[in-house]
Amino acid sequence: MQQHDIVIVGGGPAGLAAAVAARKAGVQDILILERDGHLGGILNQCIHNGFGLHTFKEELTGPEYAARFIEQAMAENIPCKLNTMVMDISPDKVVTAMNREDGLFEIKARAVVLCMGCRERPRGALNIPGYRPAGIYSAGTAQRLMNIEGFSVGKEVVILGSGNIGLIMARRMTLEGAKVKVVAELMPYSGGLKRNIVQCLDDYGIPLKLSHTVVKIDGKERVTGITLAQVGPDRKPIPGTEEYYRCDTLLLSVGLLPENELTREAGIAMNRVTGGPDVSDSLETSLPGVFACGNVLHVHDLVDYVSEEAALAGRNAAAYVQAGERAAANPVPLTAKDGVRYTVPQTLDTANMNDKVVVRFRVGDVYKDRYVSVYFDGERVLHRKKNVLAPGEMEQVVLTRQQVEKYPELRQITVCTEVE
Amino acid sequence: MVPRAVFHGTLFLYILLKILIDRTAKKRYTDNRKRKSGVTVLKYDVVVIGGGVTGCSIARELSRYQLKTCLLEKTEDVCSGTSKANSAIVHAGYDAATGSQMARFNVEGNRLMGELSKELDFDFIRNGSLVLCFDEADRPGLDALLERGKANGVPDLQILSGDEARALEPNLSDEVVAALYAPTGGIVCPFGLTIAMAENAADNGVEFRFLTEVQNITRDGEGWRIDTNQGPVTARYVVNAAGVYADVMHNFVSEQKFTIVPRKGDYCLLDKEAGGLVSRTIFQLPGKMGKGVLVTPTVHGNLLMGPTATDLPDKEATATTAEELSDVQTKAQRSVKNLPLRAVITSFSGLRAHEEHHDFILGECPDAPGFFDAAAIESPGLSSAPAIGAYIAGLVADKAGAAQKSDWNGTRKGIVRPGPLPKEQRAALIKENPAYGSIVCRCEGVSEGEIVDAITRTLGARSLDGIKRRVRQGMGRCQAGFCTPRTMEILSRETGIPMEKICKNAPGSEMLTGEK
Repeated sequence: MQQHDIVIVGGGPAGLAAAVAARKAGVQDILILERDGHLGGILNQCIHNGFGLHTFKEELTGPEYAARFIEQAMAENIPCKLNTMVMDISPDKVVTAMNREDGLFEIKARAVVLCMGCRERPRGALNIPGYRPAGIYSAGTAQRLMNIEGFSVGKEVVILGSGNIGLIMARRMTLEGAKVKVVAELMPYSGGLKRNIVQCLDDYGIPLKLSHTVVKIDGKERVTGITLAQVGPDRKPIPGTEEYYRCDTLLLSVGLLPENELTREAGIAMNRVTGGPDVSDSLETSLPGVFACGNVLHVHDLVDYVSEEAALAGRNAAAYVQAGERAAANPVPLTAKDGVRYTVPQTLDTANMNDKVVVRFRVGDVYKDRYVSVYFDGERVLHRKKNVLAPGEMEQVVLTRQQVEKYPELRQITVCTEVE
Repeated sequence: MVPRAVFHGTLFLYILLKILIDRTAKKRYTDNRKRKSGVTVLKYDVVVIGGGVTGCSIARELSRYQLKTCLLEKTEDVCSGTSKANSAIVHAGYDAATGSQMARFNVEGNRLMGELSKELDFDFIRNGSLVLCFDEADRPGLDALLERGKANGVPDLQILSGDEARALEPNLSDEVVAALYAPTGGIVCPFGLTIAMAENAADNGVEFRFLTEVQNITRDGEGWRIDTNQGPVTARYVVNAAGVYADVMHNFVSEQKFTIVPRKGDYCLLDKEAGGLVSRTIFQLPGKMGKGVLVTPTVHGNLLMGPTATDLPDKEATATTAEELSDVQTKAQRSVKNLPLRAVITSFSGLRAHEEHHDFILGECPDAPGFFDAAAIESPGLSSAPAIGAYIAGLVADKAGAAQKSDWNGTRKGIVRPGPLPKEQRAALIKENPAYGSIVCRCEGVSEGEIVDAITRTLGARSLDGIKRRVRQGMGRCQAGFCTPRTMEILSRETGIPMEKICKNAPGSEMLTGEK
């Protein structure tokens, strides 16, 4: 059986950043396994700009951003296997993978970094009634067909869901000559970034209908039209508010789900809210030596944060390989409360933490003029006013070692929102 | 320099010659066609109308005989109507009224299914079924079902107490007070069954004509003339297995009219994470809560729940409705505890070919000799298909005085599935054909090799849905999000259909609206 110090599952932005960071931390024997024919992951189909503002202080397109990391990985001579599907990760970190050239093969890894990304929530998950014709695409599939394969997927379009890919595709399809009639969002707020709503909808006069959903899909062979209806506070359609839109295409941008089939089958503890594994502040999962980062851990809005998180996972995987297993000395759970839906990480090892630990989270509703607070047991240690908090924008707080050391008896860290 | 006039003359001659050659080639190609009153007519001994499970079963059984048989299907593939959207259940046979055709063919079909699944290599599991009773007041109904089952010849039926039922199925509702247990109940892959029978029929000489819609049937001497959108066809015998359109076909030739009312049923399919919630098929005893819905594992490891029952005038109305989907979920929760409704990955509806007498219409039409009905095939039609096929084919063969073929081969091997194989065997397979090492559909682990096989084998898939029904590409939790572009490319490469003409199913369902 082949052996490698670190096996990285996925060669998208997370995998690349993790690999480069692990190499820079001194681990030579790294292998990236990528199921697609190219490195870079979904960034390759994101041909719009707006990537890298935090990381590179400039606006790059998706492929350009990916290229920066691919170049770094190439410069570091990190080997990768493309067109390779990981089939299984065993609890003793034997990675089973498959491709045309090597067939089915196994690798014994000392550490594994999970970077499988996420997938789009399909129509079925929403129980949208109606026919099942051609012309219903998840936004990312349409994006791939347009931007990579170069085809037109529709001429008259309705988009359900205001996730970022849907917003980006509204603009993209408009630029390609399609008529995007409306973007409907079930919730009373958008799931996407504010900047995307402005740049992709407002600038092109595409209406965004909040608290609306698709109640019917017409067309036996190809979509011929859809019916939207307004929904009440219970998210159920309000009779009498139906509006018919003639269209040949329905794009869905109704949420992203971390792709954790391998993680679950490896028996790793999962988090119900994020859909990703539970991790410590070193981004290590419940299976020692297996780390997770990027969208497989929790869905991000900005790739810059994926890269940052992945670099941390890569460094910690390297440390694990170099120093061996280290049981958490004092794992303190982080709890999300009062408007905060989850935190990543879910535990903080106060005895072994870095000088700074970034805790990322999302809120469950739109809040104006609220405080984000952190409590160490009963005591409030952070209290920061935010003009707007929205589910579509990931938030973060930074906890410092210095701060934590003042609480040797710390049992519980709580992240919450407060009105005052 | 060639003078212009000579050049033009040569070009003209060339074109003329080319037209003549092409026409001769076309004539050769249609050598089995005969010119009759100016139109090309295809001639067969038997024409089967409809490529659903019933039509394909009849076609396979007819392929045993020395008969020139053709199956006409209006869509681009077999198994694309009622046969593709149903409960995928092989009923034990206690439901139907004793003495009915339904009872007879269900019990017989159930008995045949096990052996057939081995001969034709499709998925069938005899997982057993339970009919739940939630109220002591409904007990007589359960006892009646037991008695009817016994009278119908269903083996090994027994009534269990609520606790006994829960011992078998720990996730059954605490409300269950008793249950009828039928160990012979089963689940089947309806696509696998139908496609296997069709392929085997084709391998044994039955011709399949797709995108061929029957528009009229009239007497033609001793036999029949069938007008289709692709031109006329004649046959000595016609078998009507047209599903929800069986009334239209029948009424072309018979004065004893009947009406098929499409009875729609909506279903929800759950992710494989919920597939293990129950291992048997769970029915509800019809009671004061209505007819109830079933909850069942599928042969692929998902969990299926449904159907509703709504009569509709439209034979194509396969649209689900919010009310019915919600009804399915509410009722299913009554049977099984902790149903993870957020794990629904898709919903669909199918149309039962219901006729008011609620029994199969099987046999030669009394006022139209040589025209055989296999009509009003609603539940338990899937279960009954193997038996109906043998019965109708036997009637036709008797009438025709046809002898059996000596070289008939009733076995068929399905598409190789590397996924469930032991690692060593799978590795060997990939070495032999590297396309088995390239995964296209992640969720269901379907390789390029399997997709190519689905396209290139007998009656190969010509649409994305055709591939999906053969190898499950796109049937998983992402519902074809990732694999659609790649599958389209493979289909285009293997068939020569340009990308912008690739369809989800029938023409008109093109995936793309413009080329590169």
